[in-house]
Amino acid sequence: MATIEVHDLRKSYGDVEAVRGVSFSVERGEVFGLLGPNGAGKTTTVEILEGYRRRSSGDVRVLGQDPEERDRRLQERVGIVLQSCGFYTRATVREAVEHFAKAYPKPRDPAETIALVGLEDKADEHTKTLSGGQKRRLDLALALVGDPELVFLDEPTTGFDPAARRIAWNVVRRLKELDKTVLLTTHYLDEAQELADRVAIVKDGSVVAEGPPDQLRPGTARYRISYLSDDRRVEHQTDDPTDLLHRLTGDAIARGERLEGLEVARPTLEEVYLELTREGDSP
Amino acid sequence: MNAAALAWEQFRFERKLFWRNPSAAFFNFLLPLLLLVLTATAFRVDHDSLEVLIPGIAGMGVLANTFTSLAFNLTLLREDGVLKRIRGTPMPAGAYLAGLMGSVTLNAFLQVAMVVVIGNLAYGVEWPTDPALLVLFTLLGVACFASLGVAFSHAIPNQDAAPAYTNAIFLPLIFISGVFYSSDNLPGALKLIADVLPLKHLIDGLSAAIVGGGADVGAAAAVLGAWTLGGLVLAVRFFRWE
Repeated sequence: MATIEVHDLRKSYGDVEAVRGVSFSVERGEVFGLLGPNGAGKTTTVEILEGYRRRSSGDVRVLGQDPEERDRRLQERVGIVLQSCGFYTRATVREAVEHFAKAYPKPRDPAETIALVGLEDKADEHTKTLSGGQKRRLDLALALVGDPELVFLDEPTTGFDPAARRIAWNVVRRLKELDKTVLLTTHYLDEAQELADRVAIVKDGSVVAEGPPDQLRPGTARYRISYLSDDRRVEHQTDDPTDLLHRLTGDAIARGERLEGLEVARPTLEEVYLELTREGDSP
Repeated sequence: MNAAALAWEQFRFERKLFWRNPSAAFFNFLLPLLLLVLTATAFRVDHDSLEVLIPGIAGMGVLANTFTSLAFNLTLLREDGVLKRIRGTPMPAGAYLAGLMGSVTLNAFLQVAMVVVIGNLAYGVEWPTDPALLVLFTLLGVACFASLGVAFSHAIPNQDAAPAYTNAIFLPLIFISGVFYSSDNLPGALKLIADVLPLKHLIDGLSAAIVGGGADVGAAAAVLGAWTLGGLVLAVRFFRWE
């Protein structure tokens, strides 16, 4: 059984349908990325899976249970990093992590959890003194202290400097090594490319593409072949790079020339993403 | 940990954090005491007036430590996303709220005790004539104003508005409910309002317990109970975690 199963999920707020028939599944041990522009329905979808919102229709299973029932045994197995969430400002990092650990049956060691997210130097500081990136790392520590099987990360590295980002990425990789399942939403496509085994791109409440980040169907995004000609870069775009490359190199050899600076580039996740989420296109 | 143990842990956590917030501790405890001392000194009140003032300030202390404190703090916790974070953990909602309620209940009892002790030591008011009744009415007051405080937090739109909203209730209420003078002497319309609202009845009960005041404690308890029920219904019905 998949860790997360979502089938034809729909959610309406009044007349507005924020989620319009989303389906996907996440296997155990997988890092799954949910991408999409603001207002695409990512957070609504994730908050339904976390048990914060009730769906209008469709089927949802998280670790075999319906999150809407808010069963404590399910919540003990899940860790949640929300987009913006306050702390007890007068507690220290250590006190906050130790306090949240108490709600779980088999928590991680709080000190080890703090070290995992790289906050050991701040352990005895009040949470209100933390920088934005440090607060996000505390978010991560609070979500991991229960040693969950499944972790929801809603834009976990927003506001991080490159070093903090590296730490967070390593935490996610470490979770994967530990056979944890991660559902990640992010705005950063390099983050999805780096961390996710599979991604789904959501637009206007629907999944418009799903698959491993480097195998997403390019749509009209095309391969680019470029080379230098008289010190100027000439670029061709094509859906069939094999054929074009064969012709270009064949012509060059026939002329007795070399194609200086020859490059073949697949459409990046970013290009696919921008293509698929372009405004004004219906999905 | 079971829910009761978690409620106890939450209570201990709330206590620890409470004392780290000096301004809240000041408003909770010192402001009512300051008003007691200032009123007693400025108006050179006689013994009879002190027997109005001491239960009045005790009632105001219960109000400040439960209604005002909960309406204010729950708004902050909600708007900061702390409630939402807790909602995403296995901490049962009941255990969390029980810890929170335990903390404000302790504050209310501490406040009533301080007022009674100062009343005796500084102003020569007798020790409470009926300590059991004092505990009972403090509990009734806590239940009533805590449930109303939780309910009222739902009406406060954001943290910036919280002081204005809570003061808009707190200040008029203490002036008409007999904190500083007996509400029996108020003009008809105001007296009617005071009689309907719960604070006067809490003060009547505390007065009966502390100085043997002659109000009908059964009727006072009934009014507090009715407001408690109303408060509970609104608190539960409209509770928002975010």
